[in-house]
This record gives sequence, C-alpha cells and structure tokens, in this order.
Amino acid sequence: MPIRHEVVVGVEAICDQYANEPSPLMMILSAIQKKYGYIPLEVQEIVSKKTGIPVAEIYGVVTFYSFFSLKPKGKYVLGVCLGTACYVKNSQAIIDKFSAMLGIAPGETTDDGLFTIEAVRCIGACALAPAMSINGKVYPKVTPDQVGKIIDEYRKMEAEGK
Amino acid sequence: MERIDSVKKLDESIKTCTEQFEAKIKGTNGKRAVVVCGGTGCIANSSEDIQKALEEEIKAHGLENKVTVNHVGCFGFCSQGPFVKIFPEDTLYRAVKVSDVKQIVEDDLIGGNVCENLLYVDPVTHEKVVRQDDINFYKKQVRVALHGCSLINPDLLEESLGYDGFKALKKVLTEMTPQQVIDEILASGLRGRGGAGFPTGRKWQFAANVQADQKYIVCNGDEGDPGAFMDRSILEGNPFEVIEGMMIAGYAFGASKGYFYVRAEYPVAVERLQRAIEDMEQVGLLGDHILGTDFSFHAYLRLGAGAFVCGEETALLNSIEGKRGMPRPRPPFPAIKGLWGKPTCVNNVETLATVPYIIRVGAAEYAKMGTEKSKGTKVFALGGKINNVGLVEVPMGTTLRTLIFDIGGGIPGGKKFKAIQTGGPSGGCLTEKDLDTPIDYDSLVAKGSMMGSGGAIVMDEDNCMVDVAHFYMDFICNESCGKCSHCRIGTKRLFEMLTKVTNGTATTKTLDDMKYLATVIKNGALCALGQTAANPILSTMANFPEEYEAHVVDKKCPAHVCKKLMRYVIDPNLCKKCSLCARNCPVNCIHGVVGKEPYVIDQSKCIKCGSCLAGCRFHAIIKE
Repeated sequence: MPIRHEVVVGVEAICDQYANEPSPLMMILSAIQKKYGYIPLEVQEIVSKKTGIPVAEIYGVVTFYSFFSLKPKGKYVLGVCLGTACYVKNSQAIIDKFSAMLGIAPGETTDDGLFTIEAVRCIGACALAPAMSINGKVYPKVTPDQVGKIIDEYRKMEAEGK
Repeated sequence: MERIDSVKKLDESIKTCTEQFEAKIKGTNGKRAVVVCGGTGCIANSSEDIQKALEEEIKAHGLENKVTVNHVGCFGFCSQGPFVKIFPEDTLYRAVKVSDVKQIVEDDLIGGNVCENLLYVDPVTHEKVVRQDDINFYKKQVRVALHGCSLINPDLLEESLGYDGFKALKKVLTEMTPQQVIDEILASGLRGRGGAGFPTGRKWQFAANVQADQKYIVCNGDEGDPGAFMDRSILEGNPFEVIEGMMIAGYAFGASKGYFYVRAEYPVAVERLQRAIEDMEQVGLLGDHILGTDFSFHAYLRLGAGAFVCGEETALLNSIEGKRGMPRPRPPFPAIKGLWGKPTCVNNVETLATVPYIIRVGAAEYAKMGTEKSKGTKVFALGGKINNVGLVEVPMGTTLRTLIFDIGGGIPGGKKFKAIQTGGPSGGCLTEKDLDTPIDYDSLVAKGSMMGSGGAIVMDEDNCMVDVAHFYMDFICNESCGKCSHCRIGTKRLFEMLTKVTNGTATTKTLDDMKYLATVIKNGALCALGQTAANPILSTMANFPEEYEAHVVDKKCPAHVCKKLMRYVIDPNLCKKCSLCARNCPVNCIHGVVGKEPYVIDQSKCIKCGSCLAGCRFHAIIKE
C-alpha cells in the first residue's frame, strides 16, 4: 500500500530530528511507533533511504523489540499485566477471560479494530495486582467478573461517539 | 535558577536551598507543606487527581499563601497508597481518595485536627499511627539509595540541593583524585546492585586502567524483572542523586559522557530524569568545566523498547548503538571495549544512587552496615501474596523472616507462607527453612537462589510451584534473543517439557530430561539470561519435589492451579439455584433451572476462568 505523502514527510522529519545523534535508529523507530502506532515495511524503506541503514537491518531491529509493531493495533489496547506479582494473583484468568469474550488471542486485534489484547510485563502497579492498563489508564485489582463490564464500558463509549 | 559555575556558587546554593528546604519541612517559613505521592503506583491510584483537588480546595479557602502542595517520589508502602503527608506535623495520611481532600483541608489544614480516619492502623495493636517513622513497615528500614525519595520534589533541583544533593560531587572535584574515589568505593565494599554483585570499584578500576580518547559510563535502568520496581522508584523519587552518582563514576575513571538506558515502560521516570538533566545543564552542573574545574560531563537518555535481555550489559550497549539487543561474547569486557568500541562501565541505577552517600559519609561508615562480604543496604520490591506490598530498603544481613513478616506484615487472608522468589526469572525460590538466612549476595546463592536486582515475590499455599516455574520459563522463552542455540532451542524444549508436567502428560523420565537439559543450557549459553534460565525450574524441583511428583505420578495439581489437572464443580447440596454462576460464565457452560434444579458445569466446555467461583455467594463452587 502506498504511503500517504504527509506520512512520508512526517517520517522524514523524524529522521532529520535525530540526524546528529550517534546511532539514532532506536530513537527514530520509537518516535515513529509513538506517532503512527506501527512501523510497516514501507515506512522502514523511507527510514532506510534517509539514514542509509539497510532495510534488512531496520527490519531486524523492528522485529526484535516488543514495543515496535509491524501492524496497526486496535483503538483500545487492553494491556493485562502478566508480571510476576500480578501472575501469582491470578492475572492469567483475566487475560483468558478477555480472550474468551472477544474471541481473539493475546497479541491479536478484533475485526472491528476496536480492541487489541496484550500480555504486558509489569506495569509497576504491583500493589494494585492484578492490574491492567487500557491506553495508559490503569485499572487496579481487576477480577474476572469485571471483564465484561470493562468491554461494555468501551463499546458504549464508542457507540456514543466519544 | 542562577548558574552554578564555581565551587563558591555551589556552596552558596547548597546553603540557601538547605535553609529553604528545612524551613519548609519544619514550617519555620510560616507555611505548611503538603506532599502527595507521585510514584507510578500511586499515580495509577489517582494521586494526581488528589493533588489537583488539594490545590483547588486550598485555593477555594484562600490558603494558597499559607500552604504549599507538591508531589514527591514513592513512599514505598504501596499497598497503603495514595499517601498525603503534612509538614511540619509530619502527619501521614494513607489510602487517600479525592473525596477525602475536603476533610483534609477543612479539618487538618484549617481546623488543626488530625483526620483520624485517614491514619494508618496497625493491624496487630489496632492503634492509629500518625507519623511515618512509627509505622512498623518503616522501623527496620534504612534509606540510602532511596535518600530523598518521598521527601523532595523530584522536579526541583533546588530541593535536591537542599537535601544533600551534589555535596559528594563537590567533595570529589575539590578534595579527591580520581584514584582516591575508586579506592573509596573499593573500601566501601559496594557491589553491583543489578544482580551479579560485581565489586563496583573494581569495575571502575578496570576502565580507569585503559587509555582511550573517549570513555563512557552507562546507567542500566532496564529493570526487566517482572514485579521489580526499585530502579524506577529511585529515578522517579530522586533522579538528581543517580546523575550525581554517574558523574562521580565518570570523574573516577575518566568518562566525560554518560548514557541512561531506561525502560520505555517507565514514562514517569523518563520524564523526571529528562527534566533533571535539562535543569542541570541549564545551571551548568552538567556540561563543560563543571564548577570551573577541568571536569566536563554530558548526560544523555536512551529508551528501551521492551526487551528483557537488554538488561544484560552487552545487549544494552548494542541497543544504545541502535542494533538488536543481543549480547556480545565477553571478553572483551565493556570496561575494555564497550559502547562504540570505547571503554565503558555499566552500572545499575541503585548502585549509582548509593555512590553519593558513600562519598558523603565515607567508606568506613558505609561499610559498618551489612555482612562481611555484602556491605550497605539493598532495596527490595516486595510483591505477591504479602500484606505490605511495596518498596523496602534494609541493611544487608537482614533475615528473610524480618523482611516478610516484620516489614512485609506476613501473608494476607491467614494463608500459609510457601516460598519467596528472589532474583526474578534468573533466581530461585526460598522456603520456610531458609527464612532465617541473612540476606546477602553469597548466602542467597548458597541457598540456590540469588540476590538479583531486588524483586521479591511472595507465594502462599494457593500458588502451584510448577506453574510458577512454567510462568518464568514462558517468560524466558519469549525473551531469549535467539543468538545462541543453547538458549534459543534449549529454553523452548524445557518449556515444552514443563508444559507436559502441568497438563499431566509427563513421566518421571521427563523430569530427568529436564534436569539434564538445564545443565546443558547453563554450561552452553552465551549470556547470563541463558545461563540462569533454568534456575526457577531447578530451584522449585529441589524445594518442592512432592509437587512435581503429584503432577507427574498422581496427575494432580495440589494447589488447584494447573488447568488441565483441576476442575470446577458445583456442590448440588449447597447450590441455591440462583443462576448467578450461569450468568457470569463467559462461555455459557453452566446449566440448571432457576429456583428448581441445581446448576451443573459442562466440563467439556469449561475454560476454567473461575468467574463462577468468584461470584458465588454460597460457596457452592469448589476446585478439585
């Protein structure tokens, strides 16, 4: 798929921004991921042209780190903490229930593009275990029977056009 | 702030800032000071909203010239957060909600009465405790690396200067040669707090001995152990102290550039560290000719991108260089050939945070704390099945019993302590019989675990140790970088064998194969991630052989955790036929007739999520 012109300009601007840094690739990719939500091959090619780093090397770095994604994520990223402190307090049951109710495995996105389930490693809210975060908002001490309510809450928000 | 470009100006700044800070804490400036916990844990529990509400309420009462409000770093007692503290009385309010703000302002700030309902209640004596230092959780703690955390505003250089900040930097620049600094750190016995425990002074000495046009100091803030948050809290609570430690290291072995590598998962820490660096640059505490001396130092921040292996120092260096975070073979060690091929020391956040303290009080004083071979203090992140989840700093040599029961407050719900996992995915578990072990690097290794970075997860009788090992193995498989085959293939095979144990298809031969493969991986893997990958398995096998046996021979999971070996059933005699479980079930596998027929779970469809059990008010659903 061809990349829109403003995205090309935006990606090139990010590359320029870090042009004077030693070994800027990680910084460039982090900035692109943050701004656009994913780093498809076409975007990697633009970065390659700007920086002179081969696409193969860029692809290697993109696929190595879990923060970088080749595909777009859902509008709401349901990040269920599977850090040890949450795991021993049964966070696996939470993520399983999200999977069962949305019909997707962790790492996948629903067909309507609304939800992505992610197993995240420690969001640092160990006193609130089991915890999860949705687009940065932390939900403390989640129980399996709250899962349905959480999904409904976001579906309703969406329906109301918020 | 004015530029601090000479020793004299630093002295003046320290003097003014200290007077101001003391006046704030003691109330001699005629104002009361309210501080709100701004650590990640409390922020997740709406502490920012509380601070905002406080500011508005104070303004509404026209008190803005009599009361100051600001955020501070982590109080450590996370399970009781969010915290609000009021100076000069030193009143600590816990579990504060936005709705409590009005009461705090009207009763305490205006009325002068302590809000009794917001005080900490000792669970044993049931007495209300007003001051932080009188709470049992804090009594046995010593704050060295956490110096200033929960006290100073981490966004204000002035408060750092007002609370011991940069006194150590001044001391090394004006009174000590680089070699004297290294000798002092060597004499202090400080060992790397990232987990391996290598003597920090020796690391610096290696780098000092190499001649090079450029050297680097790197601060490892890639705290990947799930459930550990020591480094994050230090960076959030007092970033200046870590930068100061880094500068002292740079002075000691001749590095003029320092890189912080911090997890991208820590946005608050990143933001505060970035601001601290910028503020220091602005006043000249970072840059060329610091305090008018020949010492120049520049600090930079780099973010991780979600790879556990980047906590390994050579993988971390590759990541800073914009490459895949794969470890390099050692030797050459980073101290000889590190970042961009130049001599580099990689030190952990907590290690660097401890350095200014050692310089300030002297190595001899510091070394009074701790055991023979492990000096000073260690920060632990207590988590899991423990009452007082939080961050604690104790002298080395404190026993696990003190850590878990005196400070940690024991196990919730009257459950029985089963194990404590230290060292994260590289460590092992310690049990009842190890509780009186004094915590230090060597004693924990002797007991089959390790210090690690400080993550300490407590497990109770409801946790299955095979499942815990399975969890860690899954983690390691996912995080193995794939460079060496022992780790890439070995951990995958180990994980598969362990999966067989948890689903009841393993035989006793599987257990023998696992032990053999564990040894092969340990001996063959390139870096510490692989070399220690099998530790959680070996340690749980050694401590809980009967649990493995139950899974393999009896095909039972004694803790009812492993899904293939347990099921939920409804006791027809206890079932009140209310249908709640059927309505809670996400896969509609519970059937019955409201008010007439007891409900039954269709085992072929059950996903064992536990929703039915969690919702049943009549305890009619049991695990077996």
